[in-house]
Amino acid sequence: MQAFLDVFDIYFLEAVINGILLGGVLALLALGLNLIFGVIDVTWICYAELVMIGMYGMYYLVQYYHLPYWAAAPLVILLVALLGAALHFLVIAPLLTAPPINQLLATGGVLFILQSFATVAFGIDFRNLGIRLPVLALGDMNFSYARLLSFGAALIGMIGVYLFMTKTFTGTAIRAIAQDRQIMSLMGVDAKRIYLITSAIGGGLAGLAACLLVLQYDVHPFVGLSFGPVTFLICVLGGLGNFIGGFVAAFVFAEIISLGGLFSDLEWGYVLAFAFFIIMMFIRPAGLLARRS
Amino acid sequence: MNRQVIGWIVGIAALIALPFVHRDPYHLHLLVLILIWSFAYTSWSIMGRFGLVSLGHGGFMGIGAYVTALLWNHVGISPWIGIPLSMVTAGVLALIVAYPCFRFRITGHYFVLVTLALSGIVLQVITATRDWTGGSLGYTPQRAGSGRSLFALQFDDKITWYLIALGVWLVGLVVWRWIDHSMSRHAMEAISEDEDAAAAAGVNVTAEKLKITLISALMTALAGALYCQYQMFISPDTVSGIAVSLQMVFAVIVGGVYVSLGPTIGAIITILLAEFLRIGFGTKAVGWDNLVYGILLVLFIIFLPKGILGSVLDKFRTQPKVPQRS
Repeated sequence: MQAFLDVFDIYFLEAVINGILLGGVLALLALGLNLIFGVIDVTWICYAELVMIGMYGMYYLVQYYHLPYWAAAPLVILLVALLGAALHFLVIAPLLTAPPINQLLATGGVLFILQSFATVAFGIDFRNLGIRLPVLALGDMNFSYARLLSFGAALIGMIGVYLFMTKTFTGTAIRAIAQDRQIMSLMGVDAKRIYLITSAIGGGLAGLAACLLVLQYDVHPFVGLSFGPVTFLICVLGGLGNFIGGFVAAFVFAEIISLGGLFSDLEWGYVLAFAFFIIMMFIRPAGLLARRS
Repeated sequence: MNRQVIGWIVGIAALIALPFVHRDPYHLHLLVLILIWSFAYTSWSIMGRFGLVSLGHGGFMGIGAYVTALLWNHVGISPWIGIPLSMVTAGVLALIVAYPCFRFRITGHYFVLVTLALSGIVLQVITATRDWTGGSLGYTPQRAGSGRSLFALQFDDKITWYLIALGVWLVGLVVWRWIDHSMSRHAMEAISEDEDAAAAAGVNVTAEKLKITLISALMTALAGALYCQYQMFISPDTVSGIAVSLQMVFAVIVGGVYVSLGPTIGAIITILLAEFLRIGFGTKAVGWDNLVYGILLVLFIIFLPKGILGSVLDKFRTQPKVPQRS
């Protein structure tokens, strides 16, 4: 009995830590989406598909052009950042004055476009980088370096965005626009330019997430569906546009998925997480950290 | 009897007569699919036209299909009882999720994302209970002895299915018109403009929204059940999940949300486009149909937000539409 308990605890601890590691990447994704929502007031339903394109970018750069991982990553981040800016310029900008639902649905159309573009261009095979990172054994627990690396890089990425937002003029302008859309154009801030920069940063974060996720998961055209919905739910759970709320919610969600998966199949972890989300919406509709009015 | 009513009667008579004149099974198959999906899209548009954009309808459709098939295979309950049961299940789920949503004023983006979670849950539950539902490999209702059985609601001839689908589709249009001409429509339009003002004007906001949501969910579940009975094969990806929800939104927006035949036009365009690409390009066409859908969806939202039919009708009408009561 004692031995059984020991084993159980080790697995439990391992699941808890893996949950935290997963939470890092989810928090990165949530940050990008929150940034775009907070500043432009648009939900990019196709956000995870940008990540998917980035993962394919990594795959082709590393496997076909034989670039080392560290050289391919900045290129992919740049590529997805450009994609984000293009998405804003082509789809969101013409719809800025339309009802918010139309913007959301238009990005739903972009989701279709990116998914089927990947199907047509890359095929539906599962592909991976072929990089196998070693596994860190800590006592009886195993953690893959891929996850540790992702967690670290995600944290660095988030700190970078934080510094950009607080220390530079553009970052300050972005935060100001998030607070009051109308007044900022009177203050001499070019809203169009800020929107474009924000979209590029949001895309860049998706690119960074792609570089990290491609270490852990195979890439295929529908890979976005496996973490896209989770990302939206995290953002809503944290309060759309609330950066810190999104950060906290990412870890809460990751723990539920990880621990739920420990006791049963991984799908049940997701079911639990989704159900938790719906219940939380009723208890705290404005997000985990929102003040009660 | 004005011209519009005569047009409808002639049109319906022609549609009923069609399978007895033109018996090509492939064309009938396409028509059945178009009718079933038109019904599903019409169900979505009942909510969608009032700004209640739901991405949870994939979930309701999945429940309709899977509950009916599971009850038939595991318990032996005839679809005649199973379909109403599956509709009740979807309705109860819709109420459980929608009531707090409306009570706590969850609207806009938030409502879309809550309903997205709902269709995510249904998809994951179907996949997770793979011992019962076959998971992502799909599921087949057991064949009843011979090819046709009224008890099992299985028919191997296309004409029967065509007439069933036609009937259900007409019911969908009747419900659409009924809501269009009822007080609910005015209440819902007021709500979608300004909830507080509508409430102040005496509209029971929560009750009106719940009514519309319930009708829409019940109809969507029926569409799912019919699809399952007709195709005799369902998989989580074809009847549930976010992709199906988005597909509904897409077709309705292309056809037109604010006109009764809009969703039908959307279904005709999307299904014919997919078939055209499939026949023209074979397996090479995988993905192309969705690529075209996606581009069309974006273009439509930017340039033609009222959809094809809505825009065409606008061109012909000089003054805004006044509900005609004759």
